[in-house]
Amino acid sequence: MSYTSFRTFQLHSFLLKRRNGFFYSTTTKATTQSQTQTKLSASTQSKKLDKIPKDYEPVIGIETHVQLSTLTKAFCNCPYNYGSFPNTSICPVCMGLPGALPVLNSKVIEFAVKLGLALNCKLAFNSKFDRKQYFYPDLPKGYQISQFDVPIADSGYLDVDIPLEFGGGHKRFGITRVHMEEDAGKLLHTETGNYSQVDLNRAGVPLLEIVSEPDMRNGIEAAEYAAELQRLVRYLGVSNGNMQEGSLRCDVNVSVRPIGQSKFGTKVEIKNLNSFASMSRAIDFEISRQVLLHSQGQEDQIVQETRLWEEGTQRTITMRKKEGLADYRYFPEPDLPSVILCQEYVDGIQNSLPELPEEKRRRYEKMGLGMQDVLFLANDKNIAEFFDATLAKGADAKLVANWIMSDIAAFMKNEKLTINDIKLTPEELSELIASIKGGIISGKIGKEILFELLAKGGSVKEIIEKKDLVQIADPVEIEKMVDKVIAENPKQVEQFRGGKTKLQGFFAGQVMKVSKGKANPGLLNKILLEKLNSKS
Amino acid sequence: MKMLSTLQTPRSTLSRFSLPSTFTSHSHSPTLPQPSLTTPTSPPQSQILSIRHSLLTRNLSAVDLARSYLTRLRLTEPHLRSFLHLPDDQTILSRAHEIDRRIAAGEDPGPLAGVLVAVKDNICTADMPSTGGSRILEGYRPPFDATAVKRVKELGGIVVGKTNMDEFGMGSTTEASAFQVTANPWDVSRVPGGSSGGSAAAVSARQCVVSLGSDTGGSVRQPASFCGVVGLKPTYGRVSRFGLMAYASSLDAIGCFGSSVADTGILLHAIAGHDRFDATSSKQEVPNFLSHFDLVSSLESKPLKGLRVGLIRETIEDGVDAGVVSAIRAAASHFEELGCSVNEVSLPSFSLGLPAYYILALSESSSNLSRYDGIRYGNQVYADELDSLYGDSRSKGLGSEVKMRILMGTYALSAGYYDAYYKRAQQVRTIIKNSFKEALDQNDILISPAAPSAAYKIGEKKKDPLAMYAGDIMTVNVNLAGLPALVLPCGFIESGPAGLPVGLQLIGAAFDEGELLRVGHIFEQTLENGRFVPPIVADSVE
Ligand SMILES: [Zn+2]
Repeated sequence: MSYTSFRTFQLHSFLLKRRNGFFYSTTTKATTQSQTQTKLSASTQSKKLDKIPKDYEPVIGIETHVQLSTLTKAFCNCPYNYGSFPNTSICPVCMGLPGALPVLNSKVIEFAVKLGLALNCKLAFNSKFDRKQYFYPDLPKGYQISQFDVPIADSGYLDVDIPLEFGGGHKRFGITRVHMEEDAGKLLHTETGNYSQVDLNRAGVPLLEIVSEPDMRNGIEAAEYAAELQRLVRYLGVSNGNMQEGSLRCDVNVSVRPIGQSKFGTKVEIKNLNSFASMSRAIDFEISRQVLLHSQGQEDQIVQETRLWEEGTQRTITMRKKEGLADYRYFPEPDLPSVILCQEYVDGIQNSLPELPEEKRRRYEKMGLGMQDVLFLANDKNIAEFFDATLAKGADAKLVANWIMSDIAAFMKNEKLTINDIKLTPEELSELIASIKGGIISGKIGKEILFELLAKGGSVKEIIEKKDLVQIADPVEIEKMVDKVIAENPKQVEQFRGGKTKLQGFFAGQVMKVSKGKANPGLLNKILLEKLNSKS
Repeated sequence: MKMLSTLQTPRSTLSRFSLPSTFTSHSHSPTLPQPSLTTPTSPPQSQILSIRHSLLTRNLSAVDLARSYLTRLRLTEPHLRSFLHLPDDQTILSRAHEIDRRIAAGEDPGPLAGVLVAVKDNICTADMPSTGGSRILEGYRPPFDATAVKRVKELGGIVVGKTNMDEFGMGSTTEASAFQVTANPWDVSRVPGGSSGGSAAAVSARQCVVSLGSDTGGSVRQPASFCGVVGLKPTYGRVSRFGLMAYASSLDAIGCFGSSVADTGILLHAIAGHDRFDATSSKQEVPNFLSHFDLVSSLESKPLKGLRVGLIRETIEDGVDAGVVSAIRAAASHFEELGCSVNEVSLPSFSLGLPAYYILALSESSSNLSRYDGIRYGNQVYADELDSLYGDSRSKGLGSEVKMRILMGTYALSAGYYDAYYKRAQQVRTIIKNSFKEALDQNDILISPAAPSAAYKIGEKKKDPLAMYAGDIMTVNVNLAGLPALVLPCGFIESGPAGLPVGLQLIGAAFDEGELLRVGHIFEQTLENGRFVPPIVADSVE
């Protein structure tokens, strides 16, 4: 869209005064003042980090915003593509022009119901939209269309398997609510800081906000909850869940209370968490900061505020203090009819849900796979699909898991490829495993074939045929090779027969070499031993 | 403009409906309504049908017609100031010329061909400024036409200009316009009513054929009453609000002004119907409102026999001007003469309507007007701090009435007050809806005055907003109930140089505009001295 369409639209630049640090978005740098302030305490804190006193209990809750991957925005026909040139995907509706009205994209409801069901929530069959009102330049209408007192889904839970390296175990975290809303635009701050510009491409993009119960107790649990949520939205196909692009954004609330106290401590909100690792570290830092203040009798210094995670210095710093409770003056959105779900619609969505990560993990577990394998296979939707497709061709689960976990994983890691990039297909992996099991090729040859398949593709049968790799399982042929080796190494035969039985390996290797690796190892060893031990 | 093409799909225009060249005649051969045959005392005729007939029979060209309207407009406008924006004559004439060309080529120029339509300034027009009567939108040109405007243009209508109004529809006199005060054509020392005062005055003074207004709490009906024209507020959702600058979204309706009932019906038919850009617009079928109209000559002596008319008792009690009450009682007698049974009905919740209306309308408006922040469009006051930019832009750009209403609405929605105000007002709204439903189960239509008084003096109520708000008592309940209502002049009170018109309000069941128009048409055609032409233009209107 060219700018000529906007002869009446003025993209004003405007000044944002750096007052109270309020206008710092996640892209701005922290003030130097805060940096020096936290420097001293950070060094003392780091010593105490590993030994969080046992007499305090951290309480963590997470608000997650998931950007939905609908073709168009929530209330207009504009598409949204991350990274487009500013203000190229906007229209009167998402710009909030006078007289423009929102019309709901029905995909938003579908995605919300999908996620609500997947999170084991209760659905509201009669919900509505509300206006959340505040002024900010990235909010074109002066209100955000959201849901207030009747979210589309509530009272659910999410099951998570904590990885073994973090202690393992199964955890269930409560979901308070899931509601639909629209995203705001973005402010672009200039280098000089003299003014800011507004990009409304993101304005009106549909979001689901998922609010958890305050059920997490440490950074790992919180990160695993968020990671599971990411897997879920990817499994469901409702979002790409990309944290770097802001498709999945987590705001974390952390408080600490003495063990035994039922009242929650003062909670602090942490923003700017761009990865699960930083989320985990930020929470653990914040917990130790608060515990330290508690243990020093300075808990009154924990105030309700928003803190920013600083990746560079690995600490949280004050972003803004909350000045009383904001009054958003919610009221029902009169431009949109209420959202009525009917049972048939919900059933249709329920029946179309794919197998979810938790179900997958439990299924893999029942196959007898270890938890390490289960998590590796189920946690990545694409790997799980590959695994399942290989199983569907009749391969043995444990064998497939071994191949994927070892050589295939190593190859992907070395080549920095995802499972979708490799040339090996599930059909061929299944064929490969069958060929080894059926004795057509040896395990060693199998590995060689695997690497060729991974890098170049092709079929197992073709490669075996082309390279003449079929295993030699004919005893007569193997016997000939054994005879040859024995004849060529009289000295070693004498030593063997003199009691140096360790030389069996040498002979086996020589025979294998003669067979170009194709001799059936079991047969080879059997014949070799017979020959060596018969003193003919 | 590319942005528009993604928003508004082309729609077939001419196939949607066809107009009769005249009304149904039961026994006589039709006599065509022609302006030249009417006398000042004969009942009002459909100007739209008359124009269509004249154009198609080549008795008149669209250019000549436009010229005659423009001449009168230029003559009267300095006294009335109905318009905030008028394109130069050439723009209008070239549109008229295009219609003449199409007629000459044998094409159907559309049912509104050559009809000059004035549009209230809070209804977006892509080729003209649209300010909503507010300084904060001074010079603002929308990149799109409101759906109603788009449909008018597609059917051959020519937008003659943008009419004055109370800022964002907030007022009952048009004095709250940021730009000018409009005068009442019947007495230029008086207000035309509001907020659609410009659109009402323009039709009254025959500066245009018909006009579009908007009605949130009576903003079409009260000025229609003050200016002696027909005003139609359709059922909520009947006409798309897309392109109407929102005042109170759950109450706003685009409405029609005309000098005859038939004209408002034709205009409504043109703009009504579902619009995929307004989620609250109804999918109800739009009937041909005029198909049941009868020719005066074919009317029986009791054409409304059996019709049950309920006169709302609470609207003719204390506080209502005696002249207005007697005009309404006379109208009731006229209904009886037409064969109706007229009964007084009581709507006990009637008086609750005013406070409930003001809480809901102001709450919604406090939110709807948030977008006027000086950031993306409109007047911006440059400031060093964001808060000052907002504050200065809004305090300089918005008028005092608007600010007062935003403050009251903000208060009503604030934490701790929501239940006491907004929520209770919603409950009252439900009660009002139900009581109307009951009354309309027992009556086919309800009648009342359109306003408690005739037009008052400019400046008279400016210092007393509560008195002005109280004037909305007759109309706000209808918006709360979402019902259609038609206002038509029914008499005069002795005041001003030539008397002041009094409007009668007919209220019908939801989506029953057809019945209101049919009844209104018969009432108008049978009313003695039923032609309301203000003295300012009496000479130039045959
Ligand atoms: Zn848009």
